[in-house]
Amino acid sequence: MSARQKTDGRKLTLYAAIAGLSIAAPFIMPNFYIQLSYLWLMVLFALTWDVVGGQMGYNSFGNIVFFGLGMYVTAVTQRDLYYTINEYATVAGRVDALTPRQYLTGLSLGLGMSAVAGVLLALILGVLVLRLRGHYFAISTLGIGFAAGDIAGGIDYIGAGSGLVTPVFPSGLGERGLFYYFLFLILAVAAFLTFKWIYSTRFGLAINAIRDDEDKAEAMGINTTRYKVLAWTVAAFFLALAGGATGNLIGFIDPVDTAFAGATFGVWMILMAILGGKGTIWGPVIGAVIFQITQELFWTFLLGWQRVALGALIIAIVVFFPQGIMGFVRHNWPELLGHRIEAREEEEAA
Amino acid sequence: MDNLQILLQAPIFSVQLLIDGLMIGAIFALAAYGMALVWGVMNIIDIAQGEYVMLGGFITFSLNRVGINPFLGIPVSFAALFVIGWILYRIVINRIVERDMFVSILATFGISILLQQLMSQIFGADIQTVESGLGTTFIFDNQITISQIKMVSFVLALAIGVVLVIFMRKSRLGRAIRATAQNARAARILGIDTDRVYAVTFSLNAAICGAAGALVVMTWVVQPYMGLAYTVRSFLIITVAGFGNIATVIVSGLGLGVAEIFAGFLLGTEFQMAFIFSLLVAILVWRSIRLRRKRQVLR
Amino acid sequence: MSAIMSVRHTFIGALAGGVAAVTLAAMPVGAKAAGDTITLGAAVSFTGKYATNGTHTKNGYDLAIKRVNEMGGVNVGGKKYKLAIKYYDDESTPARGAQLAERLIKQDGVKFMLGPYSSGMTKAMAPIAEKYKIPMVEGNGASRSLFNKGYKYLFAVLSTSEQYLAEAINLAAQNAGKLGKKPDQLTVALAMQNDPFSQDIRAGVLSDIKRYKMKVVIDDKLPKELNDMTVTLTKVKALKPDLLIVSGHSKGAALAIRQVAAMKVDTAMLAMTHCEAAKVQDKFPKKSDYTLCATQWAETMSYKDKWFGTAKQYADRFRKAYPDYTVIPYQAAESSASVLVYVNAFKRAGSLDTKKVRDALAATNLQTFYGNVKFAPTGQNIAKPMALRQIINGKYVVVAPAKWAESPVVFPKPKWSQR
Repeated sequence: MSARQKTDGRKLTLYAAIAGLSIAAPFIMPNFYIQLSYLWLMVLFALTWDVVGGQMGYNSFGNIVFFGLGMYVTAVTQRDLYYTINEYATVAGRVDALTPRQYLTGLSLGLGMSAVAGVLLALILGVLVLRLRGHYFAISTLGIGFAAGDIAGGIDYIGAGSGLVTPVFPSGLGERGLFYYFLFLILAVAAFLTFKWIYSTRFGLAINAIRDDEDKAEAMGINTTRYKVLAWTVAAFFLALAGGATGNLIGFIDPVDTAFAGATFGVWMILMAILGGKGTIWGPVIGAVIFQITQELFWTFLLGWQRVALGALIIAIVVFFPQGIMGFVRHNWPELLGHRIEAREEEEAA
Repeated sequence: MDNLQILLQAPIFSVQLLIDGLMIGAIFALAAYGMALVWGVMNIIDIAQGEYVMLGGFITFSLNRVGINPFLGIPVSFAALFVIGWILYRIVINRIVERDMFVSILATFGISILLQQLMSQIFGADIQTVESGLGTTFIFDNQITISQIKMVSFVLALAIGVVLVIFMRKSRLGRAIRATAQNARAARILGIDTDRVYAVTFSLNAAICGAAGALVVMTWVVQPYMGLAYTVRSFLIITVAGFGNIATVIVSGLGLGVAEIFAGFLLGTEFQMAFIFSLLVAILVWRSIRLRRKRQVLR
Repeated sequence: MSAIMSVRHTFIGALAGGVAAVTLAAMPVGAKAAGDTITLGAAVSFTGKYATNGTHTKNGYDLAIKRVNEMGGVNVGGKKYKLAIKYYDDESTPARGAQLAERLIKQDGVKFMLGPYSSGMTKAMAPIAEKYKIPMVEGNGASRSLFNKGYKYLFAVLSTSEQYLAEAINLAAQNAGKLGKKPDQLTVALAMQNDPFSQDIRAGVLSDIKRYKMKVVIDDKLPKELNDMTVTLTKVKALKPDLLIVSGHSKGAALAIRQVAAMKVDTAMLAMTHCEAAKVQDKFPKKSDYTLCATQWAETMSYKDKWFGTAKQYADRFRKAYPDYTVIPYQAAESSASVLVYVNAFKRAGSLDTKKVRDALAATNLQTFYGNVKFAPTGQNIAKPMALRQIINGKYVVVAPAKWAESPVVFPKPKWSQR
């Protein structure tokens, strides 16, 4: 077996192990549905941020708008398909408010509409805002993230400041926790595979070129605007879906705390990608897993001080670990990732 | 719009809104000066800006609790935050100074969370306020009221701005700071201790915010999570003003204060912030379109 | 080769170890209602924006638990049980609260829940308790939207949000003659924060306003991060409404009092919520006079029960246990009351079966030091009216409802020029 075949073999084993663990997890730890679903949500956050941030160099602080938009579009679709606003207010908390069929229809249609809405918003915003560079882009997106939360808080149709409740999971569809766990798992895996694929195409090369030197890339003839908007659109697609699913997982949507949660999710997505190693495909995944686990540990054992610890952790990551874990691994054990070091190759051959 | 009607029928209220907008904007400008410095000199965006204001407010509150006059809180908060800024620089910031600006955003975000939660643990999440003891000035038969503490803040904000400008122009340290801002390497070659310059700049930022905080606790309220509002507004001001010039910072700050108040009055208070942000994005986009056009012309 | 293998193994091993650690760390510790202790579950805000009131809530729960255990615990079907509470910090975040409710019920095996602080948090956790058929007795979620969903397992001891400032509108209508007006000629200005709780209060006030056919001339939704009320108060000065109603938690109360005084805004009535929480009578001694403050409970009310005695005795006991308090916030009182309701229900149910306890809760008819408790089929307390107090010379004086009024309301509020 050549070294390459050995690496592929190991990769396959790794994938199989992860797949197996992911599918088995909710059955091994049946009381952790929500935490596990959140784990995949974090993976989604990190991956979608990285495509525009790490891979393309456009550090967005406002990806949360797509998440929040998706959350509201799904919830509103689920409500409006079967009830008027006033009827819904009286019926929303009931388990029998929707039949299983209605619930699934509403959810699927809702998620579909969210994806469309996310893509449209990305197209519109992208054309406007992706022309800005560097920290101006970062600040504009920060502004958009905040404005979205405030604007949502002023629209009565979606509940304004009082928020919106998503329909209760009807009986007859099995265990809610399992349902949503697998929904999130499928979304995360779909996102991962999609990104892995596009990074291996010309698209991946183009966005990396934009990151490395946008002016040269333009000079080389790459239609940078098209690629930039496309990248953001792909991210928005998955974020909107994630938002729709999360709104249903939590049950209650608050415009600033839950949907357009810029100060929590919005910033964590950046941290996770950096922690794991931005600009790589596995980096965001690893970062998300470690971040989520660490958060849970802090919060269990450091009650009251968990946020302080989180702040300290963020500082430590950013200051001492800016290349992230993948960067660290690549630096010290490049063979692990399939990079060949010529000197050692000769040693092995000899 | 009914609200517009009110202003048209009784223009005196526009004056009230204008005056309040200017005074509120002045305090925001105060919080923004330092950010301009830190950004311009060290290429760092400090997300913890609002937290320094918050800390200044709590320090003044604590002093007041033991009976000290809150106005003394202004210099004390200034000094205390200078020290805190210095410590933060030595522990965290000096490692991220000459790196990617983005790294600074995240690191200072970590600092802001840390400070927020620490203060929440120490003081509780409750709002706190201090009575300045100053009253209100009334003109036009009580129709226009000017809160005296806001006036003090306004004057102080302008004064500190002027002092800063003089400091930067005339003093040795000020010139060292400007030199470092222009070209850090050259400054080092010429013998300037850039590390010291950075430390002073960063600490100065925190100190000015601390003084602002002392004013805030007397004018409004403080609570551990209030920082973000100030950070965000500092951003807005700096983005519009650029960081070359203290004067533009003051003008932008005042402008922001007035814009916010009028937006709140005319559009409804719930859309106040959304309007400001949209304005920011619009300004940035418009600027980049203009730049694009210039680039196209050059082609 | 072997070096690489060992590194990879270490890597995977570490990951697996981490997962295992989390699993072990979070395993349920002990059983709930084992031995002689009934453990109630509570996710309360220890950090975040609700931290202060979350602490009041926790203190209320703890004091009641302590008192009940002191008196021998609760007698359930012949056996004596002590009470205990398992707490988690919900970080003032609804998403967290929902997670924690799930965790308490599924991992920690809790069979009886106590409510969190705030309507937003309760809204996130109620569906979960309902789903697992676990009773939840809460004292800090007043939003009426909690009680029109047909929840069978949610019980609230406090007056619901629409009652908060209803008395103020009633009072104004009754006293309209003093302004030479009829009730339907009164004009109202509303300044409510844009959050679920304050908006519910607004909804309640609006329905009362509609009843009297008063006119709303200002209806401001204040953003949560608002610092300055100049905009709203300038409108008030321009339009001169008779009533100014403010609800914005402690911050709104403090800002309103300070700026109303600073801008010399004159209205016949200024009514708000959270005066006590913001300690306005201490912070703004003269400026806060004549403000009407909604309260769920006051020490001077004449309710009493067998655990704490009168409201005043409860307050004294509370101050003894927590010397930092001078005025006892009603958040603490209603939390203690929640525990008492459980104790009463356990006794009547004669068992710890959740369904039986639930049915016993539904049939509650009890007076506590906090007020009368009787639940409607939808879970809210229909036996306790909201009280309204006016600050006179720095002291809170109950002025409504009439049954417990200590003195008549001062209406209209004296103008600033006359003070």
